[in-house]
Amino acid sequence: MKESEDKILDNFTSKEYEYGFVTDIETEILDKGLNEDVIRFISAKKKEPEWMLEFRLKAYRHWLTLKMPEWSHLDIPEIDYQGISYYAAPKKDEDRPQSLDEVDPELLKTFDKLGIPLEEQMALSGIAVDAVMDSVSVKTTFQDTLAEMGVIFCSFSEAVQEHPDLIKKYMGSVVNYRDNFFAALNSAVFSDGSFCYIPKGVRCPMELSTYFRINAANTGQFERTLIVADDDSYVSYLEGCTAPQRDESQLHAAIVEIVAMDNAEVKYSTVQNWYPGDKDGKGGVYNFVTKRGLCRGNSSKISWTQVETGSAITWKYPSTILRGDNSQSEFYSVALTNNYQQADTGSKMIHIGKNTKSTIISKGISAGKSQNSYRGLVKVDKRAANARNFSQCDSLLLGDKCGAHTFPYLDVKNDSAIVEHEATTSKISEDQIFYCNQRGIDTEGAIGLIVNGYAREVLDKLPMEFAVEAQKLLQISLEGSVG
Amino acid sequence: MLKIKDLHANIDGKEILRGINLEVNPGEIHAIMGPNGSGKSTLSSVLAGNDKFEVTKGKVEFNGVDLLEMAAEERSREGIFLSFQYPVEIPGVSMVNFMRTAVNAHRAHRGEDPISASDFLRLMREKKNLVELDSKLANRAVNEGFSGGEKKRNEIFQMAMLEPKLSILDETDSGLDIDALRIVANGVNKLKTPENASIVITHYQRLLDYIVPDFVHVLYKGRIIKTAGKELALELEEKGYDWIIK
Repeated sequence: MKESEDKILDNFTSKEYEYGFVTDIETEILDKGLNEDVIRFISAKKKEPEWMLEFRLKAYRHWLTLKMPEWSHLDIPEIDYQGISYYAAPKKDEDRPQSLDEVDPELLKTFDKLGIPLEEQMALSGIAVDAVMDSVSVKTTFQDTLAEMGVIFCSFSEAVQEHPDLIKKYMGSVVNYRDNFFAALNSAVFSDGSFCYIPKGVRCPMELSTYFRINAANTGQFERTLIVADDDSYVSYLEGCTAPQRDESQLHAAIVEIVAMDNAEVKYSTVQNWYPGDKDGKGGVYNFVTKRGLCRGNSSKISWTQVETGSAITWKYPSTILRGDNSQSEFYSVALTNNYQQADTGSKMIHIGKNTKSTIISKGISAGKSQNSYRGLVKVDKRAANARNFSQCDSLLLGDKCGAHTFPYLDVKNDSAIVEHEATTSKISEDQIFYCNQRGIDTEGAIGLIVNGYAREVLDKLPMEFAVEAQKLLQISLEGSVG
Repeated sequence: MLKIKDLHANIDGKEILRGINLEVNPGEIHAIMGPNGSGKSTLSSVLAGNDKFEVTKGKVEFNGVDLLEMAAEERSREGIFLSFQYPVEIPGVSMVNFMRTAVNAHRAHRGEDPISASDFLRLMREKKNLVELDSKLANRAVNEGFSGGEKKRNEIFQMAMLEPKLSILDETDSGLDIDALRIVANGVNKLKTPENASIVITHYQRLLDYIVPDFVHVLYKGRIIKTAGKELALELEEKGYDWIIK
């Protein structure tokens, strides 16, 4: 019994990262280092208005006063913020492609390899895609179709130019630049991202999607996403991430802000597959992300669904502030770590409005020598009468060299609140594997099945196309697990 | 079909099988009976390839190949099916997904393409009827929340789906009421052909009223100590095992 478990464990490490290709396109990279001139350069490069530059500089000056947070259950190597380049764009920034014919064929091939063809296939699946490669937004499909309905979906830079009022009003309204170390850094140097506005009463007819990819070496990627759903609107938003295989670690520090007005609903789904580093823990993306939604209006709803299989280090807590009465939020997460990956992830639900309701379902899967932590906060303000929360965090361990940790925090100030927390830790049993074997399924297939079954509750929350991809991703991350 | 010669096996260093000899030919049904702890379930586990057990001596040939050299999944694909005494639950994995993965593994082994979704669903429907398995069960996760009887019916359903050459039924009757027993036994009988064979492991004679064996073996302390026709089962029911063991 022990022996076969060890065998599974040993072979676990043999799987190569599938998305580890480098695209050979001309890139314009800024020299390494960070100072006010760099920020002015980025801002000028993007032809930003003065208020935007001011915002960046304020954030930068604040960032200088901060230290890296140390409270997480992560072993983070020292990051040299002067050793990173803060801007990299595929060249030809002046004449950005206007149609698909003008897009660099190499770039299109990259998206093909990622399995996200921009045109027909996306049309078939009804997704509008904004692809962010390194720092700039490459192409946004379906803009015209969306524009007819009044939906704005464009790159963040474009939004700064075209919709400054909306940006001024909402940027930083959920995640202030003072919020934390990485939020301040992002606010200072963010290079692009996506902006989405759904007007009153509009149900966005297609899934909106952003694909992020870090390509150039020694660059950081700092994008921000802002989604505003006005009264009675609905949008489902998908985000996917990959990066090439590199020996050095790459830094990714993003901000996502969501605002939901009265009766609005936003579904935000992420499949995160940044390069996790090799089997000895070399390289990989450091993923420090601040994602937060504000249920600003009454009866508004924000759902987070995430499948996290990549990154050497993940530091991420998609959260919701339930300010509107009767507002709701859900957090569904699968985080898989293997080899030397480390994840400290979870959610925060801040109940302020009356009759607010939140659900947290977190499924951790640890293999290899990885460390996987759930960290969650449920806070009920004294104004939040009848608030309800249900949290469930499950951990699945593969092998005995990995770790699973749970750090739930509760802060309840209203007596009428009902807060429930459940936690389980399990291992894949030899009996389950043998049962599959006896039906002709090999051990690798059996583990894939069992892990996908374990994650089912979360995968079911993803939009169809993403669910299939996520399922494959879980399987891929476990492939080569048996010799 | 199956030739077992002087098979010895241990678990955790303790010898359970101490020289089993058994030959099973196509079309035959063999019943293996015996008191608790005689090694019945160990024999089925060893034949199915559960590596909790260590084979220390002996040979097992299956259709001319060395069975003991094969991994459990290969044995399954070669046509050995074990109906488990205690089927495990696999939370979140739907029966449809599980069975489709299994059927496709068998097909790949035979060099066939994966089964199409519509053919698969048709096959599921047909086989479900055979064991009167509720359609809802097939849409649930593998054995999750199934009653004892449902689990056993689900085992026979899987057997029907995979059409094994040799099926080993490990105490399939345990925990079944008389109706469930009849349904399970009917399923097994319907699946019987002149080409396949079964080993039926049981405590009680009553299952053998429904599945009529060609041979009855008594297993005791890891050895087969008596072999006879179906009338032996009735005799055991009446007199117990003492008169054989002595």
